[in-house]
Amino acid sequence: MKPRVATAWLGGCSGCHMSFLDLDERLIDLADKVELVYSPIADIKIFPENVDVTLVEGAVTNSENEEMAHLIRKNSRLVIAFGDCATTGNVTAMRNPFKVEDVERRAYIELADKNQRIPDEYVTIAQLLKTAKPLHEVIKVDVWLHGCPPTADQIWFAVTELLQGRIPVLPPAYLRYG
Amino acid sequence: MSVITFTIDGEQYSAKEGDTILQVARDNKIPIPTLCYLEGLSTFGACRLCVVEIEGSQKLFPACTTKPTESMIVHTNTVKLKKYRKMIVELLASEGNHQCAVCVVNGHCELQDLAYEVELDHVRFPYLFPKKSLDATHKDFVIDRNRCVLCTRCVRVCHEVEAAHVWDIAGRGIDCEIIADLNQPWGTSPSCTSCGKCVRVCPTGALFDKGAAVGEMQKESGFIKFIVNARNKHEWVRTAHEEE
Repeated sequence: MKPRVATAWLGGCSGCHMSFLDLDERLIDLADKVELVYSPIADIKIFPENVDVTLVEGAVTNSENEEMAHLIRKNSRLVIAFGDCATTGNVTAMRNPFKVEDVERRAYIELADKNQRIPDEYVTIAQLLKTAKPLHEVIKVDVWLHGCPPTADQIWFAVTELLQGRIPVLPPAYLRYG
Repeated sequence: MSVITFTIDGEQYSAKEGDTILQVARDNKIPIPTLCYLEGLSTFGACRLCVVEIEGSQKLFPACTTKPTESMIVHTNTVKLKKYRKMIVELLASEGNHQCAVCVVNGHCELQDLAYEVELDHVRFPYLFPKKSLDATHKDFVIDRNRCVLCTRCVRVCHEVEAAHVWDIAGRGIDCEIIADLNQPWGTSPSCTSCGKCVRVCPTGALFDKGAAVGEMQKESGFIKFIVNARNKHEWVRTAHEEE
């Protein structure tokens, strides 16, 4: 049976997923070897059970991310922090020294051209947490694959290690912040 | 002048009186990581990255401020030291706001290099995300205290080499920060000569040239050794080693 792989997009810019797509023709190889059971690049609505590996992009910055992180952990054997935001908070966490109210006022009032309004119901939009957190401050993380974004070669190294049943230990050459 | 013979990592070396363990190690190409140390400036012993073990003592000693004694046995790269050095880098990362992706020195940063050297894959301590200020009032330079590791190279170079003493440290603990003159905007400092030495010696992106974009700044701090050597010994030469 093919390994069941998922990728998730929390508080990040999707750059890590773009870098994943930079695997280019290697994606064709990969498609034969794994079953992609959940991903922003696949139209699947609900995070499934019994996932072997999940790559998680982005920091945990709002209530939806937090809920999703716990669901991912519950349903995945291995969780990989995918990129700098998931590893350190990175750009997503640059708001952390400021109060949430100040961040919201800046985004929804001061910088809005029209319809200036701070969200007051959190049904259609998730509520910001007090601070954006790296993934491992919310759930247990097994592997960190950093970089902003991680390069396609770094991703390929991790993926091929996983396919051979090994937990990837990135060689120093693949350690890269920024 | 008396010569001291001592052991580093199982090999015997000799030191001139007054040499530190770090100087002897550097002269003999034994790698010891450093951050606050800069050749040409006084030693400060703040960052603790250069800690070494000395047989007969449970304490760790900073190699930059510790002088060898006869028959001393020094270890520079034990499991214990690696553990502590990694922890130091983690603490430095967690108590600043270091977003490499949007930093002027991304790819040319001494803190980033240290993170790779200690094989830091994630920071185990909670990030503190302290609120730090940025001062862009100087006409040529900017100080972003979010990226400051309090190595005090800027303080020392300004005092010891430029003799202007613009920079100092204010506050305690997490509130510790580098201030200009009497804690005023850098651009209003009457003592700053705008020489830019502080910017060149800063190991991170805390001090940078105004207008530099992500990854654009490359610091060059080797000239401090040249200036100090020229001043003290009247030798206006760069060694081949420095030219590299």
